[in-house]
Amino acid sequence: MNTPLNSFRTQPDDRGHFGQFGGRYVAETLMPLVLDLEREYRKAQADPAFAAEFDDLLEHYVGRPSPLYFAPRLTEELRLLADSQGNPGGGAQVWFKRDELNHTGAHKINNCIGQILLAMRMGKTRIIAETGAGQHGVATATVCARFGLPCVIYMGAEDVKRQAPNVFRMKLLGAEVIPVTSGGATLKDAMNEGLRDWVANVHDTFYIIGTAAGPHPYPEMVRNFQSVIGKEARAQMLSRVGRLPDLLVACIGGGSNALGLFHPFLDDPSVKMLGVEAAGHGLDGDQHAASLLGGSPGVLHGNRTYLLQDEDGQITEGHSISAGLDYPGIGPEHAWLKESGRVDYTAVTDDEALEGFQLLCRTEGIIPALEPAHAIAAVTKVAPTMPRDSIVLMNLCGRGDKDIFTVAEKLGVEL
Amino acid sequence: MTRLTTTFAAPRPALVCFITAGDGDTAANLDALVEAGADVIELGMPFTDPMADGPAIQSANLRSLGAGTTTADVLRYATDFRARHPQVPLVLMGYANPMVRRGPEWFAEAAAQAGVDGVICVDIPPEEDFDSPWALGPALRAHGIAPIRLATPTTDAARLPQVLDGSEGFLYYVSVAGITGKQQALIESIEANVARIKQSSDLPVAVGFGVRTPEQAAAIAKVADGVVVGSALVEICGEYGAAAPAKLKELTSALAAAVHTARQEHAA
Repeated sequence: MNTPLNSFRTQPDDRGHFGQFGGRYVAETLMPLVLDLEREYRKAQADPAFAAEFDDLLEHYVGRPSPLYFAPRLTEELRLLADSQGNPGGGAQVWFKRDELNHTGAHKINNCIGQILLAMRMGKTRIIAETGAGQHGVATATVCARFGLPCVIYMGAEDVKRQAPNVFRMKLLGAEVIPVTSGGATLKDAMNEGLRDWVANVHDTFYIIGTAAGPHPYPEMVRNFQSVIGKEARAQMLSRVGRLPDLLVACIGGGSNALGLFHPFLDDPSVKMLGVEAAGHGLDGDQHAASLLGGSPGVLHGNRTYLLQDEDGQITEGHSISAGLDYPGIGPEHAWLKESGRVDYTAVTDDEALEGFQLLCRTEGIIPALEPAHAIAAVTKVAPTMPRDSIVLMNLCGRGDKDIFTVAEKLGVEL
Repeated sequence: MTRLTTTFAAPRPALVCFITAGDGDTAANLDALVEAGADVIELGMPFTDPMADGPAIQSANLRSLGAGTTTADVLRYATDFRARHPQVPLVLMGYANPMVRRGPEWFAEAAAQAGVDGVICVDIPPEEDFDSPWALGPALRAHGIAPIRLATPTTDAARLPQVLDGSEGFLYYVSVAGITGKQQALIESIEANVARIKQSSDLPVAVGFGVRTPEQAAAIAKVADGVVVGSALVEICGEYGAAAPAKLKELTSALAAAVHTARQEHAA
């Protein structure tokens, strides 16, 4: 395929810069490691055997391709909403990319398969990872069990409390889960601890970063592994309805599921895209996790990107009902896509996400994770404003089994 | 000659002491270090996410930020230190985000006005330190401040020239691949690596990470131009609070005696 001159799909440059974002902001001890990782990743990219093994595992172990699903009752409900909101005859068709049906229940496994194959190719014998909601931790523990490698998962002590089922899953899978108590004891602190482990164990350890952030080549590599989502969705759309969707919607913490869906469509000018951040208790205060809409550029965890920070550059603790979105940064490619104007970004609150969560349970018989529940909430706002013949495709990136305790508590139900 | 070059031109090895700004009575703690024989002061700029630091310095960062320390406070500690100690080299050490928040030019100018001699930024590697608007090194050099870089056991021969290019003041050799305050490297490994660096550079080499006792410091001082002690001092600040200066003096005196006389013993 020829790449158009003004392509949005050619980032990053050879130093890992997405425009003014990204890069490799790590301590000197790690620099030779991330340079080595990039070299090995390039070799793997050029090796058909690597791609073949990745594809084979995605098909037979993960269960790909994931279905593309038209949501008839949600669509109908949103059309009634369109009628009542003064847009009679409006209401886009809502389709889902069903990545919650993957093995381990989220998109995270796609990336973990890719990275553990790379780790083994590099001769690494020990795997570490950070996790927020626990989905990436479970996915990492899963691939470690599958390939027989020891696994250490760093998880904020707060998240250990709010995601107990996933902690137990990781332990069942043979991983050691280390609760991190420093800072706010959530995802960013787990990532700090992962980096500290890595820097002290550089000779044998591979760090499987769970989102499209961190030092180059992680943002590019994670995006590429997750792009299977958008590649499948694009082919499935063309095959099922004979055209591309009008709008893609995905939730964003670090942003890997959104990039996975968006990236293969970036050079399709007719396809609009909407990334949904977590507005927590609202963007007007500091109790949110919307780095793009409520943050500013800075340097954290190996890359330059939008961050939640104060005037002195101290990182502030965000808040979201969803542990997976509760991160004060965002992948650098999203920062670039925002500034380039190619992707629009919005944010929805905890309460709106809870409504989206329940709406999908009630209309489609699907219990979504709280992360994509944010995307559903955004869909309920935007789909009614669109014409009936238009198509919204949302990445349903995780299932909600892990969240039923949080949701029950919020709804005042005792389990 | 700058304050740093003057200090490292002395025939005896230098003792470099680190504490975190805003953790306890910073002025009193700094005075105690100087009075007890510290040759170079490294003042840590607190950061919420000190990725390269072990538990001791992490805690110091959180104590300092918990007490409300701002960038303006850190610069004020530096300015006051310079007024009290016109000859003692002062180096700020910290992470990129607080340093570049208002732009590298702003930071370099403010640090220069505060009388700072050098800056160690843990997480801006040479690859990101020359052509971007967030490159710190060029701004520092333009204001007469030495950008002090780190070399580590993983910095191989191919990479070392890049690290040295644009480095000034001294080179900080991190003796272990790890975080601050943990295990210490074997002296043989330190000696070999310092020798390797000195083959490629005229810069003085100071060695740190994991140095806690006068004995360790003396062993390193025999093979390097300077010895950096951090976590052991920071732990004293944390444990003794307002009573820290006397305890800092005690340890620093012992470290200084060991470092300053290390080569005399060697010769004897």
